[in-house]
Amino acid sequence: MKQVYSVPKSLQPRSTHYCPGCTHGIAHKLVAEAIDDLGVRDRAIGVAPVGCAVFAYDYFDCDFQQAAHGRAPAVATGIKRSVPDSVVFAYQGDGDLASIGAAEIVHAAMRGERITVIFVNNAIYGMTGGQMAPTTLVGQKATTAPFGRQKEHCGSPLRVSEMLATIPGAAYVARVALSSPGNVAKAKTAIRKGFETQLAGGGFSLVECLSTCPTNWGMGPYEAMRWLEENMIPYYPLGEFRTPEGGQNDA
Amino acid sequence: MTKVVFDEEKCKGCELCVQFCPRKVIVMADRINAKGYHPAVLADEENCISCGICARMCPDAVIEVFKP
Repeated sequence: MKQVYSVPKSLQPRSTHYCPGCTHGIAHKLVAEAIDDLGVRDRAIGVAPVGCAVFAYDYFDCDFQQAAHGRAPAVATGIKRSVPDSVVFAYQGDGDLASIGAAEIVHAAMRGERITVIFVNNAIYGMTGGQMAPTTLVGQKATTAPFGRQKEHCGSPLRVSEMLATIPGAAYVARVALSSPGNVAKAKTAIRKGFETQLAGGGFSLVECLSTCPTNWGMGPYEAMRWLEENMIPYYPLGEFRTPEGGQNDA
Repeated sequence: MTKVVFDEEKCKGCELCVQFCPRKVIVMADRINAKGYHPAVLADEENCISCGICARMCPDAVIEVFKP
């Protein structure tokens, strides 16, 4: 029989610590598939964040480093500059990238670092138990916002992709969702484009993956995907915000 | 060999494969694996179209799909 789908070779054959139905696993597979498809496993170096994906080095079968909270783009910058032939990617969540690491990601984009950032946005702090993140939706409940996020008190959620797309050093910025087979297929294309941008020397690339957190959202895995499509996508529209051909706000 | 092969010990029973299967040919087994979850199994191979959607949506890389 012809094989239609095989487990990516850039993933280690082991079980992850992620909760059942967590889309981190889907994001891991897509990154590993991109590394496989581009044939760069020998040159790939990942940078793990602080957050649920902190153990990513145990799951990918390529070189890895783990960074201090929010500092993955800074560590990736150092690796890429000292080993220019490597293919460097940072894998970060929204609590890591959009909050404590907001400065690092903005300045890595500004410098046009030739790294690829996989930004997993599930609108909540997962590992620490479901606290409100900068990306938590207005009205969405979290352990630190038991009545839902209030706009008057906490402002509106941060749209990271739109913000980074205004920076000339960013070559490729896209937002995808890991919520349905069609969206996962589009996510695979975007992640591959992010790596291709780096390989072409184009500059900074980031792919924001809207993800679920069934445990901290208090939903079943499928219900969480439906909630993502109905609530997150209207606020965080999908698409490419900047491509190597140019963006809306070039200086 | 069946069209859909599950690495049962890695399955966490999230049921995303069951929900997204367009032909509804996957079910959760009555038995439990070493993790304590009911693993997903192919219940109706005849109606499986080997589309691979179950494998693509599986967060735990449990599934491999074959086409005759």
